[in-house]
Amino acid sequence: MDAQPFHVRSIMHRSFGLMLVALSFACVPGAFAANAVRGEEIYNSRCIACHSPDANRVGPKHRGVVGRKAGSLADFNSSKAVRTAGVVWDEETLDQWLADPQGFIPGQRMNFKVTDPTDRADLIAYLKTLQ
Amino acid sequence: MLIQSKRLDTGVITDRRALLRGVGTVGLSAAAIAVLGGCESMAASKSAREADVEILNVALGLEHEAINAYQLGAESGLLQDPVLKTAVMFQGHHKAHRDALVATIQKLGGKPAAEKSMNDYATALNAGSLKNQGDVLHLAARLERGAANAYLGVIPSFGDKGLAQVAGRLAADEAMHWTVLASALGETLPSKALSFGA
Ligand code: HEC
Repeated sequence: MDAQPFHVRSIMHRSFGLMLVALSFACVPGAFAANAVRGEEIYNSRCIACHSPDANRVGPKHRGVVGRKAGSLADFNSSKAVRTAGVVWDEETLDQWLADPQGFIPGQRMNFKVTDPTDRADLIAYLKTLQ
Repeated sequence: MLIQSKRLDTGVITDRRALLRGVGTVGLSAAAIAVLGGCESMAASKSAREADVEILNVALGLEHEAINAYQLGAESGLLQDPVLKTAVMFQGHHKAHRDALVATIQKLGGKPAAEKSMNDYATALNAGSLKNQGDVLHLAARLERGAANAYLGVIPSFGDKGLAQVAGRLAADEAMHWTVLASALGETLPSKALSFGA
C-alpha cells in the first residue's frame, strides 16, 4: 500500500468539508456563524490534554459548562480564585476566559490562552453543544 | 499492514519498523535532569514563584496521566512488539518528566500534585473501550498531541524564562512521541507548517 489513497481521501474530506461550510454560510444568517464542528476539532487538539466532556482530568469536565457557575462542580477541586469569581459561563465570559484566563480571573490555574477570536468562537459553539 | 517500509522523494526514511525499533539506550537518567530550571523563579517574588509552581503542577498532572495511560496500554495485552517496547520507552520519558517536575516544584517550595489511582485514570480515559492495538495507539497519539499543545500553550504564562524553555523541551518530547505514533497508525503527516500550538 502506498501513501496515495490517504492523500486522495483527505483531499476529498477537505473539499467535502468546504462544501458543507459553504452550505452552512448560505443557510445561516450572518456569514460568520461560529462553527461547532471546527470547534470540536480544536478542542480535541488543544484542550484534550487537560479536559474531556465527561471526565474530570487535570481540568474539570465540560458537559453542561455553558450556564454553569465557574468552579461549581462538586467533584472537581477548582481554584479558590475561580470558585469565588462570581462568574457564570456564557459566550461572553468564556470568550474573555479563553482569551486570557489570568487577566479574567487572576489566580486561576489554567494558564492556557486561545489567541485567535475565530478559534474561541468555534470552541464556544462546540461547548454549547455539550448539554 | 501496520509495519511497512517506504522512502519518500525527500529521502526521508519513513520505515515504521525502524521508527518503532529505535528504542534508544542512551538517555539522560532522571537524576541527571532532576531539576530542570527555576533559577529566575527562586529570585522572584513569592507570588510569581507560586504562579509558576501552579503551572508546573498542572503539567505534572498531565505526566501522571500519561504514565498511567501507557501502563494501561502495556497491561492490556493489546500491544505487540515493537509497539510495546516503544510504548514502554515513551512511558519512561514521561516518568523522567514527572521526576524532573517534582524536583523543580520542590525546589521552588511547592507541593507536587499527587498521582490518582489507576482506576481513576482508566475511567477518565475510557480504557474499557480499547479493543485493539490501534485503539491504544490512537489514545496515546491524542494524549501526546494534546500534551505538546498544552505545553506550548502555557509557555507565555511562566514568569521564569528558564521554566518556559523547559516547557518547550517537554513539548518537543511529546511532539516526537506523536510523530512516531501517527506514523505507526499510518496517518499522513500534517501538510501545513506550524500545526502544533495553535
Ligand atoms: C494545561 C491544561 C489545560 C488546558 C490545555 C486547558 N485547560 Fe481549561 N482548565 C484547566 C484547569 C486546571 C482548570 C481549572 C482552573 C481553576 O480552577 O483555576 C480549567 C478550567 C477551565 C474552564 C472553567 C470550567 C469550570 O467548570 O469552571 C473552562 C471553561 C475551560 N477550562 C476551558 C478550556 C478550553 C476550551 C480549553 C482548550 C482551548 C482549555 N480549557 C485548555 C486546565 C487546562
